[in-house]
Amino acid sequence: MTETAATFPTDESSTFPTGAGPDEAPAFPSDRTCPYRLPDSYNTLRDAPSSLRRVTLYDGRPAWVVTRYEAARKLLADPRLSSNRANPDFPLTSPRLYALRNRKPGFLALDPPEHGPRRRMTISEFTVRRIKGMRPDVERIVHAAIDDLIADGPPADLVTRLSLPVPSMVICELLGVPYADHDLFQDASRRVLQAVDGPEAVAARDLLEDYLGGLIARFEQDPGPGLLSHMVTEYMAKGALDRDELVDTAILLLVAGHETTASMTSLGVITLLEHPDQHAALRADPTLIPGAVEELLRYLAIADIAGGRVAVADIEVDGQLIRAGDGVIVANSIVNRDGSVFEEPDTFDIRRSARHHLAFGYGIHQCLGQNLARLELEVVIAALFDRVPTLRLAVPVEDVKLRSGASIQGVNELPVTW
Amino acid sequence: MTAPEQVVLRVTGDRNVCVGAGLCALTAPEVFDQDDDGLVTVLTPRPEPRAHRAARQAADLCPSGAVRVTEE
Repeated sequence: MTETAATFPTDESSTFPTGAGPDEAPAFPSDRTCPYRLPDSYNTLRDAPSSLRRVTLYDGRPAWVVTRYEAARKLLADPRLSSNRANPDFPLTSPRLYALRNRKPGFLALDPPEHGPRRRMTISEFTVRRIKGMRPDVERIVHAAIDDLIADGPPADLVTRLSLPVPSMVICELLGVPYADHDLFQDASRRVLQAVDGPEAVAARDLLEDYLGGLIARFEQDPGPGLLSHMVTEYMAKGALDRDELVDTAILLLVAGHETTASMTSLGVITLLEHPDQHAALRADPTLIPGAVEELLRYLAIADIAGGRVAVADIEVDGQLIRAGDGVIVANSIVNRDGSVFEEPDTFDIRRSARHHLAFGYGIHQCLGQNLARLELEVVIAALFDRVPTLRLAVPVEDVKLRSGASIQGVNELPVTW
Repeated sequence: MTAPEQVVLRVTGDRNVCVGAGLCALTAPEVFDQDDDGLVTVLTPRPEPRAHRAARQAADLCPSGAVRVTEE
Protein backbone atom coordinates (compact mmCIF):
# COMPACT_ATOMS: atom_id res chain seq x y z
CA MET A 1 0.00 0.00 0.00
CA THR A 2 1.85 3.02 -1.28
CA GLU A 3 -0.13 5.55 0.75
CA THR A 4 0.94 3.85 3.93
CA ALA A 5 4.51 3.70 2.81
CA ALA A 6 4.53 7.42 2.03
CA THR A 7 3.29 8.40 5.48
CA PHE A 8 5.28 5.93 7.53
CA PRO A 9 7.17 7.75 10.29
CA THR A 10 10.84 7.17 9.69
CA ASP A 11 12.42 8.76 12.70
CA GLU A 12 12.75 8.70 16.44
CA SER A 13 9.20 9.98 17.00
CA SER A 14 8.34 6.31 17.20
CA THR A 15 9.18 4.38 20.33
CA PHE A 16 9.66 1.27 18.23
CA PRO A 17 13.10 -0.09 17.45
CA THR A 18 14.79 1.77 14.64
CA GLY A 19 14.86 0.21 11.24
CA ALA A 20 11.13 -0.44 11.25
CA GLY A 21 9.85 0.30 7.77
CA PRO A 22 6.93 -0.78 5.65
CA ASP A 23 8.62 -4.05 4.79
CA GLU A 24 9.17 -4.97 8.40
CA ALA A 25 5.96 -3.38 9.62
CA PRO A 26 3.26 -4.37 7.11
CA ALA A 27 -0.08 -2.62 6.85
CA PHE A 28 -2.75 -3.78 9.31
CA PRO A 29 -5.56 -4.70 9.03
CA SER A 30 -5.76 -6.45 5.66
CA ASP A 31 -8.83 -7.53 3.73
CA ARG A 32 -9.68 -11.21 3.51
CA THR A 33 -9.89 -12.62 0.00
CA CYS A 34 -11.61 -15.80 1.23
CA PRO A 35 -14.39 -15.84 3.88
CA TYR A 36 -12.49 -18.29 6.08
CA ARG A 37 -8.80 -18.01 5.24
CA LEU A 38 -6.40 -15.53 6.78
CA PRO A 39 -5.09 -12.81 4.46
CA ASP A 40 -1.58 -13.69 3.21
CA SER A 41 -0.05 -10.88 5.23
CA TYR A 42 -1.50 -12.37 8.45
CA ASN A 43 0.14 -15.69 7.67
CA THR A 44 3.43 -13.83 7.34
CA LEU A 45 2.85 -12.18 10.73
CA ARG A 46 1.98 -15.55 12.28
CA ASP A 47 5.05 -17.26 10.87
CA ALA A 48 7.44 -14.86 12.61
CA PRO A 49 9.34 -16.28 15.60
CA SER A 50 8.12 -13.65 18.06
CA SER A 51 4.78 -13.13 19.84
CA LEU A 52 4.56 -9.48 18.83
CA ARG A 53 4.97 -8.02 15.37
CA ARG A 54 5.19 -4.39 14.35
CA VAL A 55 2.53 -3.25 11.90
CA THR A 56 1.57 0.06 10.31
CA LEU A 57 -1.93 1.45 10.74
CA TYR A 58 -3.91 3.29 8.05
CA ASP A 59 -2.70 6.66 9.36
CA GLY A 60 0.94 5.62 9.19
CA ARG A 61 1.31 5.09 12.92
CA PRO A 62 2.98 1.95 14.21
CA ALA A 63 1.38 -0.62 16.51
CA TRP A 64 2.09 -4.10 17.83
CA VAL A 65 0.03 -7.04 16.65
CA VAL A 66 -0.10 -10.00 19.03
CA THR A 67 0.13 -13.26 17.11
CA ARG A 68 0.52 -15.93 19.81
CA TYR A 69 -2.25 -17.42 21.95
CA GLU A 70 -0.56 -17.43 25.37
CA ALA A 71 0.79 -13.90 24.92
CA ALA A 72 -2.68 -12.77 23.84
CA ARG A 73 -4.30 -14.19 26.98
CA LYS A 74 -1.66 -12.66 29.23
CA LEU A 75 -1.98 -9.26 27.62
CA LEU A 76 -5.79 -9.18 27.53
CA ALA A 77 -5.78 -9.87 31.27
CA ASP A 78 -3.09 -7.23 31.96
CA PRO A 79 -4.33 -4.02 33.62
CA ARG A 80 -1.41 -2.13 32.04
CA LEU A 81 -3.31 -2.28 28.73
CA SER A 82 -6.13 0.26 28.49
CA SER A 83 -9.27 0.14 26.33
CA ASN A 84 -9.69 3.91 26.37
CA ARG A 85 -10.09 4.92 22.74
CA ALA A 86 -9.87 8.60 23.63
CA ASN A 87 -6.24 8.08 24.67
CA PRO A 88 -4.29 9.81 21.86
CA ASP A 89 -2.00 6.78 21.61
CA PHE A 90 -4.84 4.27 21.16
CA PRO A 91 -4.30 2.29 17.93
CA LEU A 92 -7.21 3.33 15.73
CA THR A 93 -7.47 1.12 12.66
CA SER A 94 -9.73 3.18 10.39
CA PRO A 95 -10.95 6.75 9.76
CA ARG A 96 -14.35 5.83 11.19
CA LEU A 97 -12.82 4.74 14.51
CA TYR A 98 -10.77 7.94 14.55
CA ALA A 99 -13.94 9.99 14.02
CA LEU A 100 -15.72 8.11 16.81
CA ARG A 101 -12.80 8.00 19.24
CA ASN A 102 -14.33 10.42 21.72
CA ARG A 103 -17.71 8.71 21.71
CA LYS A 104 -17.70 6.08 24.39
CA PRO A 105 -18.92 2.78 22.98
CA GLY A 106 -20.37 1.70 26.31
CA PHE A 107 -18.30 -0.21 28.84
CA LEU A 108 -16.30 -1.76 26.02
CA ALA A 109 -14.01 1.27 26.16
CA LEU A 110 -13.87 1.71 29.94
CA ASP A 111 -11.05 0.60 32.20
CA PRO A 112 -11.30 -0.41 35.86
CA PRO A 113 -12.60 0.81 38.21
CA GLU A 114 -15.36 2.35 36.03
CA HIS A 115 -15.77 -0.74 33.87
CA GLY A 116 -16.96 -3.30 36.43
CA PRO A 117 -20.03 -1.53 37.84
CA ARG A 118 -21.25 -0.61 34.34
CA ARG A 119 -20.88 -4.13 32.95
CA ARG A 120 -22.52 -5.56 36.06
CA MET A 121 -25.72 -3.63 35.36
CA THR A 122 -26.27 -5.88 32.34
CA ILE A 123 -24.86 -9.33 33.06
CA SER A 124 -27.93 -10.75 34.82
CA GLU A 125 -29.68 -10.76 31.43
CA PHE A 126 -26.94 -12.81 29.77
CA THR A 127 -26.37 -15.66 32.22
CA VAL A 128 -26.23 -19.23 30.97
CA ARG A 129 -29.57 -19.96 32.64
CA ARG A 130 -31.32 -16.90 31.18
CA ILE A 131 -30.01 -17.71 27.72
CA LYS A 132 -31.08 -21.34 28.02
CA GLY A 133 -34.58 -20.08 28.83
CA MET A 134 -34.57 -18.10 25.57
CA ARG A 135 -34.15 -21.22 23.41
CA PRO A 136 -37.88 -21.65 22.65
CA ASP A 137 -38.11 -17.98 21.59
CA VAL A 138 -35.02 -18.26 19.41
CA GLU A 139 -36.33 -21.46 17.82
CA ARG A 140 -39.68 -19.80 17.10
CA ILE A 141 -37.95 -16.83 15.45
CA VAL A 142 -35.58 -19.01 13.40
CA HIS A 143 -38.29 -21.37 12.17
CA ALA A 144 -40.60 -18.50 11.22
CA ALA A 145 -37.78 -16.97 9.15
CA ILE A 146 -37.10 -20.32 7.46
CA ASP A 147 -40.84 -20.85 6.84
CA ASP A 148 -40.88 -17.57 4.91
CA LEU A 149 -37.65 -18.40 3.10
CA ILE A 150 -39.04 -21.75 1.91
CA ALA A 151 -42.45 -20.30 1.03
CA ASP A 152 -40.92 -17.63 -1.19
CA GLY A 153 -38.59 -20.13 -2.86
CA PRO A 154 -35.08 -19.81 -4.28
CA PRO A 155 -32.97 -17.87 -4.95
CA ALA A 156 -32.67 -15.71 -1.85
CA ASP A 157 -30.31 -13.39 -0.02
CA LEU A 158 -29.56 -15.23 3.20
CA VAL A 159 -28.41 -12.05 4.98
CA THR A 160 -31.73 -10.23 4.69
CA ARG A 161 -33.83 -13.39 5.08
CA LEU A 162 -32.11 -15.09 8.01
CA SER A 163 -28.63 -14.02 9.18
CA LEU A 164 -29.63 -10.45 10.06
CA PRO A 165 -33.29 -10.64 11.14
CA VAL A 166 -32.81 -13.52 13.60
CA PRO A 167 -30.26 -11.90 15.95
CA SER A 168 -31.91 -8.54 15.40
CA MET A 169 -35.31 -9.84 16.61
CA VAL A 170 -33.70 -11.67 19.52
CA ILE A 171 -31.73 -8.68 20.81
CA CYS A 172 -34.83 -6.48 20.35
CA GLU A 173 -36.81 -8.78 22.66
CA LEU A 174 -34.00 -8.84 25.20
CA LEU A 175 -33.50 -5.06 25.23
CA GLY A 176 -37.12 -4.03 24.71
CA VAL A 177 -36.36 -2.26 21.42
CA PRO A 178 -39.31 -2.37 18.97
CA TYR A 179 -38.31 -4.63 16.07
CA ALA A 180 -40.60 -2.52 13.86
CA ASP A 181 -37.75 0.04 13.85
CA HIS A 182 -35.27 -2.45 12.42
CA ASP A 183 -34.72 -0.65 9.11
CA LEU A 184 -33.48 2.39 11.01
CA PHE A 185 -31.17 0.73 13.51
CA GLN A 186 -29.86 -2.03 11.24
CA ASP A 187 -28.90 0.47 8.57
CA ALA A 188 -27.30 2.86 11.08
CA SER A 189 -25.43 0.00 12.82
CA ARG A 190 -24.07 -1.18 9.50
CA ARG A 191 -22.83 2.31 8.71
CA VAL A 192 -21.27 2.78 12.16
CA LEU A 193 -19.30 -0.42 11.57
CA GLN A 194 -18.47 -0.01 7.90
CA ALA A 195 -18.37 3.68 7.05
CA VAL A 196 -15.39 4.43 4.86
CA ASP A 197 -15.11 8.01 6.05
CA GLY A 198 -15.42 9.65 9.45
CA PRO A 199 -18.42 11.96 8.82
CA GLU A 200 -20.59 9.04 7.66
CA ALA A 201 -19.74 7.09 10.81
CA VAL A 202 -20.50 10.10 13.00
CA ALA A 203 -23.85 10.70 11.26
CA ALA A 204 -24.86 7.07 11.75
CA ARG A 205 -23.79 7.12 15.39
CA ASP A 206 -25.82 10.35 15.92
CA LEU A 207 -28.83 8.61 14.46
CA LEU A 208 -28.48 5.70 16.89
CA GLU A 209 -28.02 8.12 19.81
CA ASP A 210 -31.17 10.03 18.83
CA TYR A 211 -33.17 6.85 18.34
CA LEU A 212 -32.15 5.11 21.56
CA GLY A 213 -32.21 8.40 23.51
CA GLY A 214 -35.83 8.79 22.42
CA LEU A 215 -36.68 5.25 23.40
CA ILE A 216 -35.11 5.72 26.84
CA ALA A 217 -37.07 8.96 27.32
CA ARG A 218 -40.26 7.03 26.54
CA PHE A 219 -39.35 4.37 29.10
CA GLU A 220 -38.94 7.11 31.73
CA GLN A 221 -42.58 8.05 31.24
CA ASP A 222 -43.90 4.59 30.53
CA PRO A 223 -41.77 1.60 31.58
CA GLY A 224 -41.87 -1.41 29.26
CA PRO A 225 -40.43 -4.91 29.05
CA GLY A 226 -36.73 -5.57 28.48
CA LEU A 227 -33.32 -4.63 29.81
CA LEU A 228 -33.26 -0.95 28.77
CA SER A 229 -36.43 -0.04 30.62
CA HIS A 230 -35.17 -2.01 33.62
CA MET A 231 -31.94 0.01 33.56
CA VAL A 232 -33.90 3.26 33.41
CA THR A 233 -35.86 2.35 36.55
CA GLU A 234 -33.15 0.50 38.42
CA TYR A 235 -30.08 2.66 37.69
CA MET A 236 -30.79 5.90 35.83
CA ALA A 237 -33.74 6.97 37.98
CA LYS A 238 -31.65 6.33 41.10
CA GLY A 239 -28.67 8.32 39.84
CA ALA A 240 -26.32 5.35 39.36
CA LEU A 241 -26.14 5.93 35.59
CA ASP A 242 -26.62 9.11 33.59
CA ARG A 243 -28.61 9.35 30.39
CA ASP A 244 -25.60 9.48 28.05
CA GLU A 245 -24.07 6.45 29.73
CA LEU A 246 -27.29 4.50 29.29
CA VAL A 247 -27.49 5.52 25.63
CA ASP A 248 -23.86 4.39 25.14
CA THR A 249 -24.65 1.04 26.73
CA ALA A 250 -27.82 0.66 24.66
CA ILE A 251 -25.91 1.28 21.41
CA LEU A 252 -23.20 -1.20 22.37
CA LEU A 253 -25.71 -3.93 23.20
CA LEU A 254 -27.91 -3.31 20.17
CA VAL A 255 -25.09 -3.08 17.60
CA ALA A 256 -22.92 -5.86 19.02
CA GLY A 257 -26.06 -7.90 19.66
CA HIS A 258 -27.06 -8.29 16.04
CA GLU A 259 -24.19 -7.41 13.70
CA THR A 260 -21.70 -9.96 15.04
CA THR A 261 -24.08 -12.94 15.11
CA ALA A 262 -25.37 -11.99 11.66
CA SER A 263 -21.80 -12.08 10.35
CA MET A 264 -21.05 -15.39 12.04
CA THR A 265 -24.23 -16.93 10.61
CA SER A 266 -23.42 -15.95 7.03
CA LEU A 267 -19.74 -16.88 7.20
CA GLY A 268 -20.60 -20.06 9.11
CA VAL A 269 -23.02 -21.17 6.39
CA ILE A 270 -20.41 -20.48 3.69
CA THR A 271 -17.75 -22.38 5.61
CA LEU A 272 -19.95 -25.44 6.11
CA LEU A 273 -21.07 -25.44 2.47
CA GLU A 274 -17.43 -25.25 1.37
CA HIS A 275 -16.49 -28.22 3.59
CA PRO A 276 -18.95 -30.90 2.40
CA ASP A 277 -17.50 -33.68 4.58
CA GLN A 278 -17.92 -31.59 7.74
CA HIS A 279 -21.36 -30.47 6.59
CA ALA A 280 -22.43 -34.09 6.03
CA ALA A 281 -21.07 -35.17 9.43
CA LEU A 282 -23.01 -32.40 11.13
CA ARG A 283 -26.25 -33.35 9.41
CA ALA A 284 -25.77 -36.99 10.32
CA ASP A 285 -25.12 -36.25 13.98
CA PRO A 286 -26.73 -33.13 15.47
CA THR A 287 -24.89 -33.66 18.78
CA LEU A 288 -21.87 -32.25 16.93
CA ILE A 289 -23.53 -28.84 16.62
CA PRO A 290 -22.27 -27.15 19.83
CA GLY A 291 -18.70 -28.19 19.02
CA ALA A 292 -19.12 -27.07 15.42
CA VAL A 293 -20.20 -23.63 16.65
CA GLU A 294 -17.05 -23.33 18.79
CA GLU A 295 -14.94 -24.38 15.81
CA LEU A 296 -16.67 -21.85 13.55
CA LEU A 297 -16.00 -19.16 16.15
CA ARG A 298 -12.33 -20.16 16.31
CA TYR A 299 -11.91 -20.50 12.57
CA LEU A 300 -13.75 -17.37 11.46
CA ALA A 301 -12.80 -14.98 14.30
CA ILE A 302 -14.67 -12.00 12.92
CA ALA A 303 -13.78 -9.34 15.50
CA ASP A 304 -10.10 -8.46 15.23
CA ILE A 305 -11.18 -4.84 15.58
CA ALA A 306 -12.21 -5.47 19.21
CA GLY A 307 -8.62 -6.35 20.14
CA GLY A 308 -7.16 -2.82 20.26
CA ARG A 309 -5.49 -1.59 23.47
CA VAL A 310 -2.95 1.05 24.51
CA ALA A 311 -0.16 0.40 27.01
CA VAL A 312 -0.19 2.71 30.03
CA ALA A 313 3.07 1.26 31.41
CA ASP A 314 5.99 -0.74 30.03
CA ILE A 315 5.18 -4.45 29.60
CA GLU A 316 7.65 -7.17 28.76
CA VAL A 317 6.26 -10.06 26.72
CA ASP A 318 8.37 -13.08 25.76
CA GLY A 319 11.52 -10.97 25.69
CA GLN A 320 9.99 -8.06 23.78
CA LEU A 321 9.20 -4.70 25.32
CA ILE A 322 5.91 -2.87 24.86
CA ARG A 323 6.51 0.69 26.01
CA ALA A 324 3.95 2.93 27.69
CA GLY A 325 2.07 4.68 24.89
CA ASP A 326 2.47 1.86 22.37
CA GLY A 327 -0.63 0.63 20.60
CA VAL A 328 -1.33 -3.10 20.83
CA ILE A 329 -3.82 -5.11 18.77
CA VAL A 330 -4.68 -8.68 19.68
CA ALA A 331 -5.68 -10.18 16.35
CA ASN A 332 -8.13 -12.92 17.33
CA SER A 333 -8.08 -14.37 13.83
CA ILE A 334 -4.32 -14.94 14.07
CA VAL A 335 -4.07 -16.18 17.66
CA ASN A 336 -6.92 -18.62 17.03
CA ARG A 337 -4.59 -20.29 14.55
CA ASP A 338 -1.63 -20.69 16.86
CA GLY A 339 -0.39 -24.17 15.98
CA SER A 340 1.01 -24.73 19.47
CA VAL A 341 -2.53 -24.58 20.87
CA PHE A 342 -4.71 -25.80 17.98
CA GLU A 343 -3.32 -28.74 16.04
CA GLU A 344 -3.39 -28.16 12.28
CA PRO A 345 -4.89 -24.74 12.93
CA ASP A 346 -5.85 -24.03 9.32
CA THR A 347 -8.00 -27.16 9.12
CA PHE A 348 -11.70 -26.67 9.81
CA ASP A 349 -12.62 -29.60 12.05
CA ILE A 350 -15.97 -29.57 13.85
CA ARG A 351 -14.87 -32.45 16.08
CA ARG A 352 -11.98 -30.64 17.71
CA SER A 353 -12.44 -29.18 21.17
CA ALA A 354 -12.12 -25.46 20.50
CA ARG A 355 -13.92 -23.63 23.28
CA HIS A 356 -10.69 -21.99 24.46
CA HIS A 357 -10.55 -19.91 21.26
CA LEU A 358 -10.27 -16.16 21.69
CA ALA A 359 -13.00 -15.15 19.22
CA PHE A 360 -14.86 -13.54 22.13
CA GLY A 361 -11.68 -12.00 23.52
CA TYR A 362 -10.35 -12.62 27.03
CA GLY A 363 -10.00 -10.65 30.25
CA ILE A 364 -12.61 -8.31 31.67
CA HIS A 365 -13.94 -7.26 28.26
CA GLN A 366 -14.67 -10.79 27.03
CA CYS A 367 -17.92 -10.79 25.08
CA LEU A 368 -20.94 -10.34 27.35
CA GLY A 369 -23.31 -11.89 24.81
CA GLN A 370 -21.24 -14.96 24.01
CA ASN A 371 -23.75 -17.48 25.31
CA LEU A 372 -26.56 -15.79 23.39
CA ALA A 373 -24.39 -15.95 20.26
CA ARG A 374 -23.75 -19.66 20.87
CA LEU A 375 -27.48 -20.32 21.25
CA GLU A 376 -28.44 -18.38 18.12
CA LEU A 377 -25.78 -20.05 16.00
CA GLU A 378 -26.67 -23.52 17.24
CA VAL A 379 -30.37 -23.04 16.49
CA VAL A 380 -29.87 -21.36 13.10
CA ILE A 381 -27.36 -23.90 11.80
CA ALA A 382 -29.37 -26.91 12.99
CA ALA A 383 -32.65 -25.63 11.57
CA LEU A 384 -31.31 -24.30 8.26
CA PHE A 385 -29.43 -27.43 7.21
CA ASP A 386 -32.23 -29.67 8.46
CA ARG A 387 -35.01 -27.88 6.64
CA VAL A 388 -33.13 -26.82 3.51
CA PRO A 389 -30.80 -29.79 3.02
CA THR A 390 -29.92 -28.91 -0.58
CA LEU A 391 -28.91 -25.35 0.29
CA ARG A 392 -25.98 -24.06 -1.79
CA LEU A 393 -24.37 -20.79 -2.75
CA ALA A 394 -25.98 -19.23 -5.83
CA VAL A 395 -22.65 -17.76 -6.95
CA PRO A 396 -19.08 -19.09 -6.83
CA VAL A 397 -17.61 -18.47 -3.38
CA GLU A 398 -14.92 -16.26 -4.98
CA ASP A 399 -17.69 -13.88 -6.07
CA VAL A 400 -19.13 -13.36 -2.58
CA LYS A 401 -18.16 -9.81 -1.65
CA LEU A 402 -16.43 -9.59 1.73
CA ARG A 403 -16.35 -6.66 4.10
CA SER A 404 -13.23 -4.60 4.58
CA GLY A 405 -10.62 -5.91 7.01
CA ALA A 406 -11.19 -2.76 9.07
CA SER A 407 -14.72 -3.84 10.03
CA ILE A 408 -16.38 -6.82 11.68
CA GLN A 409 -15.68 -9.55 9.13
CA GLY A 410 -18.72 -10.70 7.20
CA VAL A 411 -20.82 -10.20 4.10
CA ASN A 412 -23.60 -7.74 3.32
CA GLU A 413 -25.26 -10.09 0.87
CA LEU A 414 -25.22 -13.87 0.45
CA PRO A 415 -27.02 -15.26 -2.60
CA VAL A 416 -28.17 -18.83 -1.95
CA THR A 417 -30.39 -21.32 -3.73
CA TRP A 418 -31.64 -24.87 -3.14
CA MET B 1 2.12 -39.79 41.85
CA THR B 2 -1.35 -39.71 43.35
CA ALA B 3 -4.02 -41.68 41.56
CA PRO B 4 -6.56 -39.33 39.93
CA GLU B 5 -9.44 -40.54 42.11
CA GLN B 6 -7.56 -39.61 45.27
CA VAL B 7 -6.98 -36.00 44.29
CA VAL B 8 -9.20 -33.56 46.19
CA LEU B 9 -9.93 -30.40 44.26
CA ARG B 10 -10.85 -27.20 45.99
CA VAL B 11 -12.84 -24.79 43.83
CA THR B 12 -13.34 -21.10 44.52
CA GLY B 13 -15.10 -18.28 42.67
CA ASP B 14 -14.22 -14.66 43.42
CA ARG B 15 -17.33 -12.54 42.95
CA ASN B 16 -15.31 -9.34 43.20
CA VAL B 17 -13.43 -10.00 39.98
CA CYS B 18 -16.12 -12.03 38.13
CA VAL B 19 -17.33 -10.42 34.88
CA GLY B 20 -20.25 -12.78 34.31
CA ALA B 21 -19.03 -14.37 31.08
CA GLY B 22 -20.67 -17.59 32.22
CA LEU B 23 -18.04 -19.98 30.87
CA CYS B 24 -17.83 -21.78 34.23
CA ALA B 25 -21.59 -22.47 34.35
CA LEU B 26 -21.49 -23.49 30.69
CA THR B 27 -18.51 -25.81 31.02
CA ALA B 28 -18.94 -27.30 34.50
CA PRO B 29 -22.64 -26.89 35.41
CA GLU B 30 -22.33 -29.40 38.26
CA VAL B 31 -19.74 -27.22 39.95
CA PHE B 32 -20.67 -23.63 39.05
CA ASP B 33 -23.74 -21.50 38.65
CA GLN B 34 -24.46 -17.80 38.25
CA ASP B 35 -26.61 -16.03 40.85
CA ASP B 36 -29.40 -13.57 40.03
CA ASP B 37 -26.79 -10.86 39.47
CA GLY B 38 -24.97 -13.08 36.97
CA LEU B 39 -21.95 -13.57 39.23
CA VAL B 40 -20.20 -16.87 39.91
CA THR B 41 -21.41 -19.16 42.68
CA VAL B 42 -19.68 -22.42 43.53
CA LEU B 43 -22.14 -25.29 43.95
CA THR B 44 -19.62 -27.92 44.98
CA PRO B 45 -16.42 -26.53 46.57
CA ARG B 46 -14.96 -30.06 46.54
CA PRO B 47 -16.43 -31.62 43.41
CA GLU B 48 -16.69 -35.33 42.68
CA PRO B 49 -13.77 -36.76 40.69
CA ARG B 50 -15.96 -37.12 37.59
CA ALA B 51 -16.36 -33.31 37.55
CA HIS B 52 -12.64 -32.58 37.98
CA ARG B 53 -11.84 -32.29 34.31
CA ALA B 54 -14.70 -29.86 33.66
CA ALA B 55 -13.81 -27.83 36.78
CA ARG B 56 -10.21 -27.49 35.65
CA GLN B 57 -11.34 -26.51 32.17
CA ALA B 58 -13.65 -23.88 33.66
CA ALA B 59 -10.74 -22.41 35.61
CA ASP B 60 -8.65 -22.29 32.43
CA LEU B 61 -11.43 -20.64 30.42
CA CYS B 62 -12.45 -18.06 33.04
CA PRO B 63 -11.52 -14.72 31.46
CA SER B 64 -11.30 -12.70 34.68
CA GLY B 65 -9.34 -15.08 36.94
CA ALA B 66 -12.37 -15.38 39.25
CA VAL B 67 -12.48 -19.17 39.08
CA ARG B 68 -9.63 -21.03 40.73
CA VAL B 69 -9.05 -24.72 41.17
CA THR B 70 -6.36 -26.04 43.51
CA GLU B 71 -5.41 -29.53 44.63
CA GLU B 72 -5.61 -30.16 48.34
